[in-house]
Amino acid sequence: MLAPVKVAVCMKEVPAAAAPKRIDPGTKRLDRSVEGALNDFDTHALEEALRLKDSAAETEVVVVSMAPERASESLRKALAMGADRVVLVSDEAAAGSDLVATTAVLAAALERESPDLTLFGQQAGDADGAVLWAAIADRLRLPMISQAASLELQDGKVRSKRQTEFGYDVLEAPLPCVVAVSDAINDPRYPSLKGIMGAKKKPQDVVSLADLGVEPGRAGEAGSRTAVLALAEPPSRGDSRRIEDDGGSAATEILSYLTERKLL
Amino acid sequence: MSILVYVEHHEGEPVKGALGVLSKAAQLDDEVTALVVGSGVEPLAESVGKHGAARVLVADDPSLEAALPQPRVDVLARLVTERGFGTVLFAATVLTADVAAGLAARLEAGLNWDLVDFTLEGGSLVGKRAALGDSVLVDVGWTSEPRLALVRSGTFEPVANGGQAEVERVPVELEEWSTRTAMVEQAHEERAGPSIEDADVIVAGGRGLGSPDKFGMLEDLAKALGGAVAATRAVVDAGWYPYATQVGQTGRSVAPKLYVACGISGAIQHKVGMQGSGTIVAINKDPNAPIFEYSDLAVVGDIHEIVPRLTDLVRQQRGA
Ligand SMILES: Cc1cc2nc3c(=O)[nH]c(=O)nc-3n(C[C@H](O)[C@H](O)[C@H](O)COP(=O)(O)OP(=O)(O)OC[C@H]3O[C@@H](n4cnc5c(N)ncnc54)[C@H](O)[C@@H]3O)c2cc1C
Ligand SMILES: Nc1ncnc2c1ncn2[C@@H]1O[C@H](COP(=O)(O)O)[C@@H](O)[C@H]1O
Repeated sequence: MLAPVKVAVCMKEVPAAAAPKRIDPGTKRLDRSVEGALNDFDTHALEEALRLKDSAAETEVVVVSMAPERASESLRKALAMGADRVVLVSDEAAAGSDLVATTAVLAAALERESPDLTLFGQQAGDADGAVLWAAIADRLRLPMISQAASLELQDGKVRSKRQTEFGYDVLEAPLPCVVAVSDAINDPRYPSLKGIMGAKKKPQDVVSLADLGVEPGRAGEAGSRTAVLALAEPPSRGDSRRIEDDGGSAATEILSYLTERKLL
Repeated sequence: MSILVYVEHHEGEPVKGALGVLSKAAQLDDEVTALVVGSGVEPLAESVGKHGAARVLVADDPSLEAALPQPRVDVLARLVTERGFGTVLFAATVLTADVAAGLAARLEAGLNWDLVDFTLEGGSLVGKRAALGDSVLVDVGWTSEPRLALVRSGTFEPVANGGQAEVERVPVELEEWSTRTAMVEQAHEERAGPSIEDADVIVAGGRGLGSPDKFGMLEDLAKALGGAVAATRAVVDAGWYPYATQVGQTGRSVAPKLYVACGISGAIQHKVGMQGSGTIVAINKDPNAPIFEYSDLAVVGDIHEIVPRLTDLVRQQRGA
């Protein structure tokens, strides 16, 4: 049995896979009015936290997010999977936050929770930044490991293997620390029926910037240091063809396509 | 302007991407400074000078031996603050993304990532970023200094027409907390395994295969097509296929005539390693998979149904 720890998991709502993804030409921000879903990459971080909870029942798993209030619906899935509660920072003044502004807010929320371990997913499906954790770790002055493809917690230390451009590193960091996990680390569990029923009763704490003591000037556009100046269409790849398979029929179509293009 | 380019290195050589960014920066400004951080790294200054740096700052200390980001943030934060660099550029890698983001927080500076180009417009820096799965090109700017940027890997080729740089050692002073992460084992070059860079045809597999033994099915198709088999990071990390066959940002870059992606979602980090392919055929059961955005032939279907049939058909046609 492992000693219980407190784990925070930073999770984000992103546009659902089937929703149209566009930047609003007026606000130059991602159009978030479309259907949302939990960022898939973050469910791997949550799964890792839940595994720690499985091996030490007293472990507490808190989901921390910053998003408009309606994201609480997507976040309920995290509770259904097994997280204990959600802290959702929701504030008009936080809209349009870039990296610096987002991390000022999330760091304040994390500071209030002061977890032993803070987990991140490998990237936000909409931002593709893979940068957030390093900024958070710096703000919290905590050691950090990123791209973790494995995570072992022992004697108050995290040990992880991670891939770089040259092969595999093995890193170790003492708690409290920040770890971003890769999507290869585990297969996230599905919420059970009991989990789904129970999720409605678990607390979702919606907090404002004022609750966290974050000056409005540090968040949102006011707190951001980058700006979107213009939008353009990328060059087209030329005509592309799409086929739907029907019991393997596509094989024939692929073959004729390759023959047509003299690729065989 | 005052540009600082951070130059990462590995086994005694500057990494190619960093020299590429440096060469590009030198086209915009002939007073570019480069920074090399590590242990025993002063000899790198010569090559860095050749690629366009007018001055090379060297932070050389045994405590910087391991390729860890947080001590590098300490070095950079101090230099950028004391010398007032207006712009700090990084070629994106696993290490530099963490360095740049940490620095952004430390200096309350704007960071733009995934740049595929940058230019000067009316004297100020403008970045070109491919966003939302490369479906939109965004011009990005900064509202304050310093401006930090991560350039997408593989964007610029190094150009060695610079001269000799002035070299200056800079002091190293690290925060206690930023040295708490330890490198137990540092990656070394893993070159073992098949070479996929020279193949005319690549059949690549991702997590959609479902289990490692399914790579056999891809090997059969690759053999029929006269090609090699490649993989995504997700399956390499899971131990399903060797690291040497990984395509993408942290793997190989390939440009075969034909790339057949099987059960691959098509993340940007995968795309950067194969977008130069002549023809891209993708088979994925999810009609919304991002890979279809940049496929020439998008096949919505189950690879387990399609791939073995395709292999048979190719064999028949080739045999005939
Ligand atoms: C810094 C960094 C560096 C990275 N470097 C790399 C890199 O070098 N290379 C790389 O590849 N990735 C890299 N990644 C990871 C990348 O972001 C993705 O996580 C990874 O490419 C996903 O791999 P995948 O497509 O195999 O898996 P998934 O994203 O899980 O996709 C599996 C796909 O298979 C489909 N599928 C499932 N079953 C079937 C079926 N029966 N038939 C057909 N389709 C099916 C699914 O619809 C899904 O689209 C990097 C990430 C980061 C943050
Ligand atoms: N608004 C947010 N709220 C909570 N967590 C976030 C938010 N944005 C990003 N994250 C976390 O940071 C990780 C990396 O995001 P990014 O750097 O934006 O690609 C994600 O996988 C999440 O774990």
